[in-house]
Amino acid sequence: MRYMMLIYSQENEAATPEDMRPVAAAHAALMEEARQRGVFRAADPLQSSATATIVRVHNGTAMVTDGPFAETKEQLAGYYILDCEDLDEALEWAAKIPTACAGGVGCIEVRPLREYPRGAPVNG
Amino acid sequence: MDDAAIEAVFRSESGRIMAGLIRVSHSFDLAEEAMQDAFAAAVISWRAEGVPLNPAAWITATARRKLIDYARRAQTRRSNEDQLLYEYESRSCATEAEMSGPFADDRLSLIFTCCHPALNQEAQIALTLRTLGGLTTTEIARAFLLPETTLAQRLVRARRKIQQARIPYQIPSPGSLPERLSSVQAVLYLIFNEGYSASSGDSLVRRELCAEAIRLARTLLELMPANPENMALLALMLLHDSRRDARSTCDGDLVPLEEQDRGLWHQDQIVEGIRLVERALGRRNLGPYQLQAAIAAVHAEARSAGETDWKQIGALYAILLRSNASPVVCLNHAVAVAMSEGPEWGLERGLALIDRLGSSGELDAYHLYHAARADLLRRMGRKQEALESYHRGLALATNSVEVRYLRRRISELDPSAS
Repeated sequence: MRYMMLIYSQENEAATPEDMRPVAAAHAALMEEARQRGVFRAADPLQSSATATIVRVHNGTAMVTDGPFAETKEQLAGYYILDCEDLDEALEWAAKIPTACAGGVGCIEVRPLREYPRGAPVNG
Repeated sequence: MDDAAIEAVFRSESGRIMAGLIRVSHSFDLAEEAMQDAFAAAVISWRAEGVPLNPAAWITATARRKLIDYARRAQTRRSNEDQLLYEYESRSCATEAEMSGPFADDRLSLIFTCCHPALNQEAQIALTLRTLGGLTTTEIARAFLLPETTLAQRLVRARRKIQQARIPYQIPSPGSLPERLSSVQAVLYLIFNEGYSASSGDSLVRRELCAEAIRLARTLLELMPANPENMALLALMLLHDSRRDARSTCDGDLVPLEEQDRGLWHQDQIVEGIRLVERALGRRNLGPYQLQAAIAAVHAEARSAGETDWKQIGALYAILLRSNASPVVCLNHAVAVAMSEGPEWGLERGLALIDRLGSSGELDAYHLYHAARADLLRRMGRKQEALESYHRGLALATNSVEVRYLRRRISELDPSAS
């Protein structure tokens, strides 16, 4: 079953490229390991939450506003999608994902993807 | 007569039966349905033909046949529908071969599923009691003073999460086993304490909860017999439970340990508890349940309150403090020190320890802090200060039994108050 690992991280604007280099290296190593074990499906880092834009459709009109809720301490900073046997395997992988993607400390939220039967309509 | 036989089989065997059915069906819901159908069939069949030689095997075989029936019915229904959908869903249905395979004891895997850290603790408790303990939803709701619908909802959500997030049905890997086992032990101990803590509620239901926790702890030890903390957990429950008839009056008032009639203590439980503690300590791998059980054993061994080996209790609390410096442990340590060194020095030292604990102000809102302080002051004859502390504790206590205990102490010290 595929699990999405959402990386939530405290954004630290003061973090320098040098600070982030070991984090990126750790991600690269982990992705390689996941590829070799055949569980890797996808992974991407996100730009900072300051680059985000919200679209909300109300009565047919798209309302565009800036950013998500800045009060939340930890922001979505990236994700992995890994194909694991069960939750325990997913949790083992999640524990290896660096959470300092946005400079500060963070955590991983593990969510199973909703699987649909092959060929069935996605919103069926 | 037969109904009683069925009830007895349900109580003692339903956990084992459920565990096996969940393994083959990969579904809590199907397993439960099959087991209920099998017990319903038993009511009719046993009445007519008498109770079979091995009732649990009868129920298991019948429930497995029910599972096969469900699978066949689902298959027929699906053969007319989208074949792809069936291929996808068939993953969750076991084959007939799987269902007729050997019937191993799957309870250990099931305990770890029910107590998985991805479930919140309330759900872990409810699921463990419902699935392994064979308590009905009504019984669990009554024991926890919850509306039945709330508890039923809790169970539905937990099972849905197990299914949807695919929480595995297996013994954890060696790397995570210690942590996962301690979460199982915590759930069983919480169940016991819920029954044992003398708060409100139906006392019969609460007693049943203690008995169930003991049964589950016994099962855990049977399944992982070399683990000293499993031995100690069972011992701790037995030693506490042995005092059940002495620890409250018939009006439900709390009787403190030193005033209990030790003749009412259940010696068979004490003997078994002490033997388990000794076996656990012999493994030389100390843990928090062993320390707590050892403390309970020291109390159990004293023929009278005056003969209690407080020095040993103080030493055990001091070790416990290193890994768990919770307010309760700190207070108990201080009390043990106070009691171990005689009225002249001990009480002073105990009081000093308690006052040091309280100096940060963190414990000001904690009723047991004031109660423990008051008890020491009372023993020292400092009546006025003791009264003040009892009153502060009383203002904070919420448990009706504790409130009555504190009121009694106050009226003993100050008869005009009542």
